[in-house]
Amino acid sequence: MTPQWGYEYAPLHCDHVAHNTAKKGTVAMSIGIVSYGAYIPYNRLRRSEIVRALGQGTVRGMRSVASYDEDATSMGVEAARRALKVAKVPIESLYFATATPPYMDKANAAAMVPALGLPARVFAADMCASVRSGIAALRVAAEGKEPALVVLSDIRTGMPGGSDESEGGDGAAAFVFGEGSGVIAELLSRSAATEEFLGRWRIPGEQSSRLWEERFGEQVYLSLVEDAFIDATKSAGITTDQVHNVIVTGLHSRAVRRARSIIGGPPPADDLIQEVGNTGTAHPGILLAATLDEAEPDQVVALVVLSDGVDVLLFRTTNAISGYRGSIAVADQLSSYSDIMSYTTFLSWRGILHREPPRRPNPAGPAAPPALRNQAWKFGFEGSRCQGCGTRHMPPQRVCQHCGEVDQMAGERLADIKGTVATFTVDHLAYSLSPPIIVAVIDFDGGGRFECELTDVDPSSVSIGDRVEMTFRRLFTADGTHNYFWKARPLQEVK
Amino acid sequence: MSSRGICDKVAVVGMGCTRFAEHWGKSVDDLLVEAFAEALQSAAISKEEVDAFWLGTMMSGYSGMTLSRPLKIDHKPVTRVENYCATGSEAFRNACYAVASGAYDVAMAIGVEKLKDSGFSGLHGTVPPADGTAAQLAAPAMFSLLAPAYSKRYGIDEDQMKEVLTRIAWKNHYNGARNVRAQFRGEVSKETIRCSPVVAGSLGIYDCSGVADGAAAAIVVRAEDARRYTEHPIYVKALSFVAGPGTGPTDPAYSYTSFTEVVASAEDAYAQAGIVDPRAEIAMAEVHDCFTVTELVLMEDLRFAERGAAWKEVLAGTYDLQGDLPVNPDGGLKSFGHPIGASGLRMLFECWLQLRSEAPEERRIGTIARGKKLALTQNLGGAPGEAVSFVSIVGTEPSR
Repeated sequence: MTPQWGYEYAPLHCDHVAHNTAKKGTVAMSIGIVSYGAYIPYNRLRRSEIVRALGQGTVRGMRSVASYDEDATSMGVEAARRALKVAKVPIESLYFATATPPYMDKANAAAMVPALGLPARVFAADMCASVRSGIAALRVAAEGKEPALVVLSDIRTGMPGGSDESEGGDGAAAFVFGEGSGVIAELLSRSAATEEFLGRWRIPGEQSSRLWEERFGEQVYLSLVEDAFIDATKSAGITTDQVHNVIVTGLHSRAVRRARSIIGGPPPADDLIQEVGNTGTAHPGILLAATLDEAEPDQVVALVVLSDGVDVLLFRTTNAISGYRGSIAVADQLSSYSDIMSYTTFLSWRGILHREPPRRPNPAGPAAPPALRNQAWKFGFEGSRCQGCGTRHMPPQRVCQHCGEVDQMAGERLADIKGTVATFTVDHLAYSLSPPIIVAVIDFDGGGRFECELTDVDPSSVSIGDRVEMTFRRLFTADGTHNYFWKARPLQEVK
Repeated sequence: MSSRGICDKVAVVGMGCTRFAEHWGKSVDDLLVEAFAEALQSAAISKEEVDAFWLGTMMSGYSGMTLSRPLKIDHKPVTRVENYCATGSEAFRNACYAVASGAYDVAMAIGVEKLKDSGFSGLHGTVPPADGTAAQLAAPAMFSLLAPAYSKRYGIDEDQMKEVLTRIAWKNHYNGARNVRAQFRGEVSKETIRCSPVVAGSLGIYDCSGVADGAAAAIVVRAEDARRYTEHPIYVKALSFVAGPGTGPTDPAYSYTSFTEVVASAEDAYAQAGIVDPRAEIAMAEVHDCFTVTELVLMEDLRFAERGAAWKEVLAGTYDLQGDLPVNPDGGLKSFGHPIGASGLRMLFECWLQLRSEAPEERRIGTIARGKKLALTQNLGGAPGEAVSFVSIVGTEPSR
């Protein structure tokens, strides 16, 4: 069914929020997930490429790789766009969780507000640093009193040749929490156990994590998992055999495997390690999205996350899920990728292998006042349309290029408008972390033209007439400043 | 648009032009001093006889003092102008207007650019602080957008297009090989051009103009005074400059097969000079061949070929030294490189030589002997769809 949320803010009734009177561990039944989206970057590194370069490691499978122009924020925006496309809820809060925040001090979530076309009154904040931030953001939103957007995103790598590098993955997932008949999965209960121990840690600025001996962490996690799971099921008033799906995840793969067998329940679904790798903070979200893609009404889904303790969330799908039409399913993203990248490209993209720059001036970082003045354009890809003659302008203009009327413009968000390549070039001279760059002149459906970079594309495959869609990217980083803007990529049709 | 022009009101009576090269041993000041001195000598006048100066430079210096300091110009008006790659032409245009207005008797237009001190290849410049959303394209990439659009529109396959562009580079290097002032003074084989490494789109290194330092200068006086300075002045028939609205990259109606700004400035110039059929009436043209594909498109925008037919004319040799309408007989930007402030005046310098039959035998064009008396310069700045364009027409006769 179509979610019943409109753009207009619908006041919430107090009786929908029962936290104060609820039994410990249970939550108000009417709050839940109304929509979601997962984003797995287009590029994959075959693990055999690492073996070929370093002569060690596992040859099976591949890992997803955030492109040179992606980071946790930009991937988070892509996942959130997918979630918001399905249910346009009047978001009040945005919680962004990642262990690889592009900025410190500055709220990374702030860029997401204009990028997603959300109003400034949205409370947007980061839950950063630890992998556990992901489940924290889900809990906070699920227990909140207002519609909220949760974004989980991460870029995982480690020392060359290590298992964090080969088993890691990059990706993002987003969930919109709300209430009412649009809820497709409601939170039944949750439980937690927290333990302070040196299992996995990283000092700010370091690129790879440090790990204690694997068997030590395994013992810590396994001592907590059974009680936490029983706590959650008891609070929900169900037994393990009533749980239809058990998702167990965490970066400690050995503990995850053992925990899964301790909990029992139905046979586990694909953990995506072979196709995507472990996306850390985002992984619980991507696995939950993949489960919801397949779920039927009235199924209980347990999400168990091992990270500095054990967290359990129990969801129950509603009848609304049978009519839910999501954005691109996780399974579709598993079959749509490019795996031609080399290990050295991967190392360059992650900043581990420093290549000689072109003999050209480095690009200047964005200046703060113009970036703020042009925020709707830069972050929200909002052009303008002449109210006199209907001509679209990108970037927005004050004087119409067609009829010459002055200040007769209305803003128009164009991020979701598709376009067609009018002409293009492959530039071998321009500065890029991954030369050459491809620039196309794009004519947008319904009017408007813009010249911009193409990404996630093979230079030899571009031709005039190609269909493209817009994607939020980090163009480059200069002078310690990330330059976010939009690029076009070949259209990935939603099935 | 009312553009009356100043046809036959002013004339060029002296010119100077340095060799264009990687002048590691010469500064901006050195280049200015040399072009300045040669222009004065050519007109047989002294520095004191020049009443006002227009200096064109895009990024080699600011204000009139860039010229007055090295030349020790004593409390006279020196105006520094900039208009992208048409900067040199803009200096000339303003000097002409100053003389035509009666404000001054003798004016100098001088252009200079020192590109090779930056340590970078290609053009570069500082841009005002911005929001970071502008596409980071190098110049070859911007102009390479023309090639696939032209090919598709006129049904030319990739190999044919490569042959056409190669022919343009080959011709300009052939001409430049016969010019002591050119940066590149050797002929280049079509095979070498065709197989040169790709820079952007279908453009290889030999489809791009070079990067050089240089300076050029012209002395402008009232037409009636011209013969006091030289037996063979060249008279200014037309000066047209337009800045486009920059809407090509934002308007789906723009085709990427034409420079609308060039069409506008050319038609304005033809009207000023009373030219009806440029292809038949003009003896030669110096055009802005920053890239081979640019020259191809310019042939149509200047009405030197029918729409969609320039590629055939190129292959037929129409624009060769002995063709119907020689284009870039001095070797063009292809052989000279493009020191931005100087290029427009360097183009005029070749008109000066050819119209006065002073060009060396080995690159002398055939149309002068056949009685044609008009030459055209066309200077372009910006990129396809968002450009400034300058067109001038000069001739040997004071009135037609």
